[in-house]
Amino acid sequence: MAGKTKTLKTNRKELLNLYREMLLIRRFEEKSGQLYGMGLIAGFCHLYIGQEAVVVGIKAVIDEDDQMITGYRDHGHMLACGMDPKGVMAELTGRSGGYSRGKGGSMHMFSTEKKFFGGHGIVGAQVPIGAGLGLANKYLDNGQISVTFFGDGAANQGQVYEAFNMAKLWDLPTLFVIENNQYAMGTSIKRASAQTELYKRGISFGIEGVQVDGMDVLAVRDATIKAAKHARSGKGPMIMEMMTYRYRGHSMSDPAKYRTREEVKEVREDHDPIDMVKNRLIKEEWADLDSLKAIDKEIKAIVNEAAEFAKTSPEPDPSELWTDVLLEVEA
Amino acid sequence: MAVDIQMPALSPTMEEGNLTKWMVKEGDEVNSGDILAEIETDKATMEVEAVDEGIVGKILIGEGSENVKVGTVIMQLLEDGEDESALSAPAAPAETATPEPEAVTAPAANSASAPAKSAPKPDMDLPTNVKMVETSVRDALRDAMAEEMRRDEKVFVMGEEVAQYQGAYKVTRELLSEFGEKRVIDTPITEYGFAGIGVGAAMNGLRPIVEFMTWNFAMQAIDHIINSAAKTLYMSGGQMRCPIVFRGPNGAASRVGAQHSHDYSSWYANVPGLKVVAPYDAADAKGLLKSAIRDPNPVVFLEHELLYGEMFDVPDMDDFLVPIGKALVRREGSDVTIVAHSRMVGRSLEAAIELEKQGISAEIVDLRTIRPLDTETVLNSVRKTNRIVCAEEGWGQSGIGAEISAVVTSEAFDYLDAPPARVHQKDVPLPYAGNLEALSLPNSQDVVEAAKAVCYRD
Ligand SMILES: Cc1ncc(C[n+]2csc(CCOP(=O)(O)OP(=O)(O)O)c2C)c(N)n1
Ligand SMILES: [Mg+2]
Repeated sequence: MAGKTKTLKTNRKELLNLYREMLLIRRFEEKSGQLYGMGLIAGFCHLYIGQEAVVVGIKAVIDEDDQMITGYRDHGHMLACGMDPKGVMAELTGRSGGYSRGKGGSMHMFSTEKKFFGGHGIVGAQVPIGAGLGLANKYLDNGQISVTFFGDGAANQGQVYEAFNMAKLWDLPTLFVIENNQYAMGTSIKRASAQTELYKRGISFGIEGVQVDGMDVLAVRDATIKAAKHARSGKGPMIMEMMTYRYRGHSMSDPAKYRTREEVKEVREDHDPIDMVKNRLIKEEWADLDSLKAIDKEIKAIVNEAAEFAKTSPEPDPSELWTDVLLEVEA
Repeated sequence: MAVDIQMPALSPTMEEGNLTKWMVKEGDEVNSGDILAEIETDKATMEVEAVDEGIVGKILIGEGSENVKVGTVIMQLLEDGEDESALSAPAAPAETATPEPEAVTAPAANSASAPAKSAPKPDMDLPTNVKMVETSVRDALRDAMAEEMRRDEKVFVMGEEVAQYQGAYKVTRELLSEFGEKRVIDTPITEYGFAGIGVGAAMNGLRPIVEFMTWNFAMQAIDHIINSAAKTLYMSGGQMRCPIVFRGPNGAASRVGAQHSHDYSSWYANVPGLKVVAPYDAADAKGLLKSAIRDPNPVVFLEHELLYGEMFDVPDMDDFLVPIGKALVRREGSDVTIVAHSRMVGRSLEAAIELEKQGISAEIVDLRTIRPLDTETVLNSVRKTNRIVCAEEGWGQSGIGAEISAVVTSEAFDYLDAPPARVHQKDVPLPYAGNLEALSLPNSQDVVEAAKAVCYRD
């Protein structure tokens, strides 16, 4: 099995924690897929399975007040931010207990408390917004950074480069995290990008970039420590290209005929981010199969509770249709 | 107790599918993520993956079963430590086994009963013995593109996933195999860029069809549609041409939330220099798209995802064209005129049936083109019925209905027996929740009520 997780420095507590966080996302997403199949979740639903190490490795080492923003493949980011699985799942089912009270859906959730800025459906649109979060940090001189996630497909949108330019021009404290899962819907990166090494996309602006094994949570952790330090110290943005993979189709209704079953199988068997951590835990004797099973059970209980909540939370009151369009302004 | 594995819904509109193949057999151990079975829907073949781990207990629906309803228990999985005795426990159809009705068939999202086929087509001018072929709107659009590509080498199609993936909504299915990579071009996700490239190619002698995966994403590109395509002829004093078609699904689909459900009819209808087409049935989809591709002007062609799968009669002719700029009276009536376009035509035809039962005879005018607007057909109808309801899926303010109301009040004021009424989406972004979405989008009942109101009934 590839990955530096075999050897990078860590300890029992940290690794068990990362394991738990990643497993929560995996089980949550599997459950979401199941609820979708039962008709409880509708519309688009983009699962994060396979990519868990990216957001978990990053969140583990940034500050609590740092902001995160991403696209529509956002369930994992919200869980990593510490948002309540019940509220996330209930938003997926469009119920009043959801983070957007059922009005946003899978692609549109936010938490001002947990500094999660969405949840955006237009490919690439979150990138300048993320840089704008950075602008506010710099303006307010609050020592915080923003972390802006986007895909390999999104990396071709023009506004990404407008954002890169200004972010460097003004040395905005933001990290551009490209989750390169090799495909944008059915288009492999090779078929969409003239230059496929995405970490180099900032060169003409003078933005430093690194390529990271995004299946390896400890490698992600280490790269993020460096990048966050860079951004926080006033040196401006950095690009982190996370090499990762999504196991499921683009969304629930994608038959994924553009890649072979073997390709998926190979990644799952040899590069799975959760298995990698599991193996290290066992090798170090920080856990055994039984204790890991106990964690799995605990997580399953959390996810089942979230699903139960999401099924039983009432639909939003019809009056909710009219709320939250504009704020009232006192005359 | 054993876990019931149900026939999953793989898309918001799927109601049943075929179980083509089992990838596991009874007694096999499965882990989360393992592929259990292959199922087939009208759109694609998909794999069903395991969520829970366990042992395959009993397979209840055999390989090759057709039309298996979503939610049917297809297999039972034994969990850790269970043996087969768990199976004999009555497979209690857990509460969750029944799909939430609003989730599977959001009322506003399904249009099973489209009475449109019987609608008259008075202005079609067809040869008397022409054969009709039942065709989906999706295939009618594809056929239109294929025919025009055969006819004119300069016509090509570009957009996201149009080639190898066969189109995100399968509208460009099989075009790649017939016309090759030069003429069926997959683009990166760069709407602003490829819309501009399309405009440049059109200016330089080609006839591009630019597909937007949905019109929501064309907001990235709207500058090129308006500033580069629509205004060039005028700004060049008539020298420059920009024969281009921008097409894709417009408006609300099913439960896809605020950013993916925008109806742009009135936006583009506002722009001189564009033609804007929004067909309802398959024949119009085909005939109008062919006309759009041949048109020397930039054409915005607004399709509707929820109509793609609907079947209608299409004349089996070598070259079936429908002229841009002509509305169609789809149903004749004497008491009230209902003007609609795109999917609201179906809703209005349904409303007409209901109104008939209540003793109101409704005339349905399908605009088909919303720029240039065929005001003559609308006015003629209003002069006959003296009442008008304008129905559209988008928001009301500055909408198509607002425009038509203005035209009718200024041109046929003396004929009106009631102020024009408008039916449209509620004045809020489209919510995701099934119940709120249904409340937000206009339906046939809203049309019925508006028609009764202008007839001063109830
Ligand atoms: C502007 C815009 N264009 C197209 C789409 C449709 N779309 C949604 S996701 C997607 C693929 C994006 O791929 P990538 O950026 O690699 O992210 P991933 O889905 O792999 O996480 C596309 C084309 C969209 N939502 N917005
Ligand atoms: Mg991708």
